[in-house]
Amino acid sequence: MNGKKENLIIIGNGMAGISTVEQILKLTSRFDITVFGTEPYPNYNRIMLSYVLEGSKTLDDIVLNDLHWYQDYGITLHTGTTVTRIDSDTHEVVTEDGTRFPYDKIIIATGSNSFILPVPGHDKEGVVGFRDIADCNVMLEAAKQYKRAAVIGGGLLGLEAAKGLVQLGMEVTVVHLMQDLMERQLDPQASAMLKAELERQGIRFKLGAQTSELLGGERVEGIRFADDTVLNVDFVVMAVGIKPNTAVARESGMEVNRGIVVDDYMQTSLENVYSVGECTEHRGVCYGLVAPLFEQGMILAKHICGVETAPYEGSVVSTKLKISGVDVFSTGEFIDSPEHTVISHKDDWKRTYKKILLRDNKMVGAVLFGDITDSAELQKLIKQQTEMTEELYGSLMGTGCGGHKKATSVGTMPEDEIVCGCNGVTKGTIVDVITNQGLTTVDEIKACTGATRSCGGCKPVVEQILQYVLGDSFSSGAKQGICGCTSMGRDEIVAEIRAKGLQTTKEVMNVLGWSQPEGCSKCRPAINYYLGMIAPDTHEDEKESRFVNERMNANIQKDGTYTVVPRMYGGVTTPADLKRIADVSVKYDVKAVKVTGGQRLDLIGVKKEDLTKVWAELDMPSGYAYAKSLRTVKTCVGSQFCRFGTQDSMAMGARIERKFERLDLPAKFKYAVNGCPRNCAEACTKDIGIVGNDGGWEIFIGGNGGIKARLADSLCKVKTDEELIELCGAIMQYYRETGNYLERTSEWVERMGLEHIRSVVVDNLEERKALMQRIEFALEHVEEPWQKAIRNEEGQSKMFHGIEVSARP
Amino acid sequence: MTTKQSGTYFPAGVVEEFLPRIGRVVEIKDHQLAVFRASDGTIFAADNHNPHPKGGPLAEGIVSGHYLYDPLYDWKIDLTTGIVQAPDNGQVQMYPVKVENGQVWIAI
Repeated sequence: MNGKKENLIIIGNGMAGISTVEQILKLTSRFDITVFGTEPYPNYNRIMLSYVLEGSKTLDDIVLNDLHWYQDYGITLHTGTTVTRIDSDTHEVVTEDGTRFPYDKIIIATGSNSFILPVPGHDKEGVVGFRDIADCNVMLEAAKQYKRAAVIGGGLLGLEAAKGLVQLGMEVTVVHLMQDLMERQLDPQASAMLKAELERQGIRFKLGAQTSELLGGERVEGIRFADDTVLNVDFVVMAVGIKPNTAVARESGMEVNRGIVVDDYMQTSLENVYSVGECTEHRGVCYGLVAPLFEQGMILAKHICGVETAPYEGSVVSTKLKISGVDVFSTGEFIDSPEHTVISHKDDWKRTYKKILLRDNKMVGAVLFGDITDSAELQKLIKQQTEMTEELYGSLMGTGCGGHKKATSVGTMPEDEIVCGCNGVTKGTIVDVITNQGLTTVDEIKACTGATRSCGGCKPVVEQILQYVLGDSFSSGAKQGICGCTSMGRDEIVAEIRAKGLQTTKEVMNVLGWSQPEGCSKCRPAINYYLGMIAPDTHEDEKESRFVNERMNANIQKDGTYTVVPRMYGGVTTPADLKRIADVSVKYDVKAVKVTGGQRLDLIGVKKEDLTKVWAELDMPSGYAYAKSLRTVKTCVGSQFCRFGTQDSMAMGARIERKFERLDLPAKFKYAVNGCPRNCAEACTKDIGIVGNDGGWEIFIGGNGGIKARLADSLCKVKTDEELIELCGAIMQYYRETGNYLERTSEWVERMGLEHIRSVVVDNLEERKALMQRIEFALEHVEEPWQKAIRNEEGQSKMFHGIEVSARP
Repeated sequence: MTTKQSGTYFPAGVVEEFLPRIGRVVEIKDHQLAVFRASDGTIFAADNHNPHPKGGPLAEGIVSGHYLYDPLYDWKIDLTTGIVQAPDNGQVQMYPVKVENGQVWIAI
């Protein structure tokens, strides 16, 4: 670097300021950047606060730029520090304690504050806004102590707050001045549908209610309305709106209306001072949503770095209601007036509603409720004020059930259009990493650009762009190695191992010319599995090639403690075993005991060094809850006790579990056994689901209730228990021999084809017998891991225990 | 945030106490380290704190050559510098290690 760097000061450490900084860093390194933030946190995603409140995300989850990021880019961050004034005479900013920092350029990105209604009692305890992490924490605490809450404000933020409080177990009433919820984003029709849906979810409403006073002593106890009625509450969230935080601009004598006034390049009335985000007023508009901030930030970044850019001409805003499970979307103009042509479709049975408004046959606005699959496309069409045509009408208002494939519209999307609103990623950026860096999956794009990293709402569009750019090569099974270390596919590798008699992961990688001599976290565990599958009797399992959970025989949790899950064959236990589990849990101060989805008990929060002791005192076999192996066999009560049971499902479940436990498989494997067709143990979402009937069993395969739900297919019916066991063995062994590592049976069945699997394991009796023999042989070589760990004191101490060095050099 | 260049060396056991490519926690004063013995015999000592915003340990990761794949989030970390590899970023504090007559010394 030659020459002195310019001092760029960012006032405000939120999404608008930091996303502008990210854009600047892409363009130049000529600035020394200092960021001041009032909150004591690095930059987090304010849009996601609703999820923190709801409990589906933690604070850590919503941090966008952690402290390392600031360090890596050499950015000085002052958290918990408020800049009060810009002294343009001396070219310095002044913080609240009077410290001065010199600047060459400033970006103000102070966002906005909750607007608190100035009614009597607004300053009582138990009254908060909903704007930042501190507010969120107050709400979480309140929910623990109090029962009745009111949210004043029936807009986007208010409804999200209300939903969060309901999830936290409070009785919540939303108080709204208008007769329609979200009247600034929805038309009355969609508002009514939204209200009905939210009432079903337990939120109460008081509409057309003007708050005149908050009642109570120190703490709020109720709300009095203009009509003199009173609502008794112990907690009030004010979500009536936000007001731009313009304090620093006012204090510095800048031009301020509702927000800090800027021109089309985000320049304020003060030279070298710019403003971006919610604190800003552009052409008379202050935006309170995230997408405009990124558009403004991109233009400002280019402008400040001296790169040519189009001026900012305002944003067409759109709204999505997150969190409540209700999909609502609106964009542009959406309240009918005589000058509009209205196209609408309302479906009370599906609870969906779609409305598009035209002016002079151009699309100017839309509302969607219940099904927002068209939101991205509509947003684009409306932004460009597209002319309505027969063809467009057909594609937009078509069947209404999404039963038709639309022509992709990403082709016509402009390069600078923001695809990911949470992280400000444009179509151009995504196309660029696909074409220039050869990325081929959404996950790679996520890792590289941040698109889809936060709420995931833009994933369909990112997928469409992938498909559009890659054309036919998209997901067309082009020859790909199992990971970045090799160009060889799974079948080739397995064939080579068999042909050359390779025995260790190192040998495989060496002989087959891996680019990383010891592989990576994708191929090492995979090769270790293939070696064991091929030679169950001679393969030495490599602990160092196992993922942490399988290496430790327990599930690691985020704090580094572990979860222990003992086997409960067929989901059946005894009072004595339960007592022992309870005693051990108490003795080792287990943090939580949880019933799992697979009919067993999680002992959560065991310290690594206590694992072997816990196993020894439990004196039970491992439930393999951490393994690519048979996890659980879920059962119903069955004929032992149930009025309807035709088969003894508990006994059969336990028998299957004892027979096939401990064997390595390509991925985790779950069973269910039912005593009758009522299917209480839910066979349809298991890798193998078994349903008893009067005279035999029916076998289903390839079910999955997890990340990608799939209903199991019926494979065959058998008459005897022996036949059932033999088929189960043959299916599992065929999956072991042909499955890709980490490929669940739901994917395997689709890849291999049900008919093909049936022809091998059901129709071909010889092959079935051979498969069964091979799985029996493999089962001879499995060993109970917890017992093994307890016996092998010395080896285990190196695995489970640390070394404490006495503080003596 | 790079490898410390100086410090006081503490004895942290003999080489055999560290299984090849299987990390082990070593506590020295109030520092918790994750110590790894690579295939070529090199021993690395990292601060046992995951650079990912959610934190957690590093000791149980998968070691490949002089790289570590962290156990919780699969970030790839260069054990010689502690630098997190793209597309992720961050850095782990590394501590100097020397081995003399089979005895491992770590400087704090």
